[in-house]
Amino acid sequence: MTTWQRQREERSARLEAGGRIADGKLVAAHDAKRLLEAVIRPGDRVCVEGDNQKQADLLSAALLGVDTSKVNNLHMIQTGVVLPEHLDIFERGIAKRLDFAYSGPQSARIATMLFGGKIELGAVHTYLELFARYFIDLTPNVALIAAVSADREGNLYTGPNTEDTPTVVEATSFKDGIVIAQVKEVVDKVPRVDIPADRVHFVVTAGQPFFVEPLFTRDPAAITEQQILTAMLAIKGIYARYGVRRLNHGIGFSTAAIELLLPTYAEKLGLKGKVASHFALNPHPALIPAIESGWVQQIHSFGSEVGMEDYVRARSDIFFTGLDGSLRSNRAFSQVAGLYACDMFIGSTLQIDLQGNSSTVTTSRVAGFGGAPNMGADARGRRHPSAPWLRAGEEADPDDKGLLRRGRKLVVQIGETFGDKNAPLFVEKLDAISLAQKLKLDLAPVMVYGDDVTHIVTEEGIANLLLCRNANEREQAIRGVAGYTDVGRHRDLKMVQQLRTRGVIVRPEDLGIDALDADRSLLAARSIKDLVHWSGGLYAPPSKFRNW
Amino acid sequence: MEDLNFRHRTRARAAGIRTQAIVGVVASGNLEVLAERVLPDTECSVEIRTQAVGFGEVWSAVIADFVERYSPGGLRLSINDGGARPDTVSLRLAQAVRSMEAST
Repeated sequence: MTTWQRQREERSARLEAGGRIADGKLVAAHDAKRLLEAVIRPGDRVCVEGDNQKQADLLSAALLGVDTSKVNNLHMIQTGVVLPEHLDIFERGIAKRLDFAYSGPQSARIATMLFGGKIELGAVHTYLELFARYFIDLTPNVALIAAVSADREGNLYTGPNTEDTPTVVEATSFKDGIVIAQVKEVVDKVPRVDIPADRVHFVVTAGQPFFVEPLFTRDPAAITEQQILTAMLAIKGIYARYGVRRLNHGIGFSTAAIELLLPTYAEKLGLKGKVASHFALNPHPALIPAIESGWVQQIHSFGSEVGMEDYVRARSDIFFTGLDGSLRSNRAFSQVAGLYACDMFIGSTLQIDLQGNSSTVTTSRVAGFGGAPNMGADARGRRHPSAPWLRAGEEADPDDKGLLRRGRKLVVQIGETFGDKNAPLFVEKLDAISLAQKLKLDLAPVMVYGDDVTHIVTEEGIANLLLCRNANEREQAIRGVAGYTDVGRHRDLKMVQQLRTRGVIVRPEDLGIDALDADRSLLAARSIKDLVHWSGGLYAPPSKFRNW
Repeated sequence: MEDLNFRHRTRARAAGIRTQAIVGVVASGNLEVLAERVLPDTECSVEIRTQAVGFGEVWSAVIADFVERYSPGGLRLSINDGGARPDTVSLRLAQAVRSMEAST
């Protein structure tokens, strides 16, 4: 007889096995390993929650400790490979196959292990892509998630760092999988219900908060004059030109400089209310002066940021918050917002080639993508018009197609011609290609493809790739802002001059900007302490950013 | 350490009457530029002492662009370089010329 509820029956069996270790749904921290041995089967698809911010650290450690005769050959399908334990489980044979999206701090080790055959790689995804696959062909059998607190029924409070949790739980729990949450504590009543109890099967009391990385804090003290110059160019040459109100910023120092120039330089240009009012963005501390000066109307966040909790709570007109008053973040929704409801992405990168393809990998590191490719891509499914989107579309395709012309998302790469350790930003060939050859990948890990990039901004000026009509013009436009890098020094001087006449290349002086005016006194805050003052004492920076 | 010297003809005299100025600091990734008004109005010299060896070609390009753009006639510019990036060098040189424009 055909059975149509095999998965449900299997879940019941696993719940029963796990239930023997639990008191109701509650499991003590020292029993976490036994719980995992009871509910995880060899070859399972397992999602350990973790991204570039929060981590289910206790459950990761417990998984590393399991008896490998009971739990082995797992297929890990997690967005972030961040903790050492995430890779140690491959060394021990607990896990075999990996599909992921981001691997920041483990990027060098993951490359070594991939090359050594210790990990069978499925693919490197963007966040949104991996979330999508959770619902199609990579649905978790077991999800190990992180929350702040739970009640005895299993209702979860995630606090400001909700992030990936609702997405992971949705895919797992509604497809007969098992959801295990680690929480700091069990309380009588949670401050708000982020995950309803009937989607949560076990709750492990960790006794301490989950690990969170303050990845989005940039110390204004480290912003250079060149970064200020590129920020001025971007504000006058792109924000003002297109009237960009809805946008996403990357995490680099150049965009932090832009945030700190809004209440000063941009205000003097009369742009307040006309640009940078609605964001898909984490609560960047560098945005505090702009928020306090009335620039920003609304922000939806992927995750939270350490130290910004009280500030966000006190500025609920700006941020999304729950009944308890604290931030409600949601990575999947914010990624969708960045893709479809923002007219511009602006961010930094490590390497740009002659056609504008960019990448953050080097030959020895597999850093993954995170969310940038979703932000930094034209949304081909977009159908609502806006002024910046229509103008970019017109620049890209000046032929009169009437009402059939598409708009374009502005995708801006900003950076200095030379980066850390004098590494050139512009290269003939991306390291990503050598890496893909070495690891025999089907695709080179390109962060933003050249045909999605609309502008490149350096201290040398702006290259508007929308106005380029062929590959040669693109190449010379890019060489034209590549400064003294080898790529820049091999420019065709005559063609670069023509491109400048056409406005494809815009120099600082063409915008009336004197490089000598790019001074740190323009920054609304020049230190972390200044940001604390701007916030009225509500921002509480993590200790590594305090020098007082 | 490497020493590099460049001498250029200039279109015009550097503006201002100030005879000497110092901008920048000697630090990793930064540089110090001493500007002195000691040469004929149609000449400019740049003397570089740098911690980064083997970048003569880039220095040559940076200095040539600087002279073309600012015409620093009459100035001897002495650079003490801590391995600064070319864009930082350009900025400091421009700052040095602007400092010399001051009236006192």
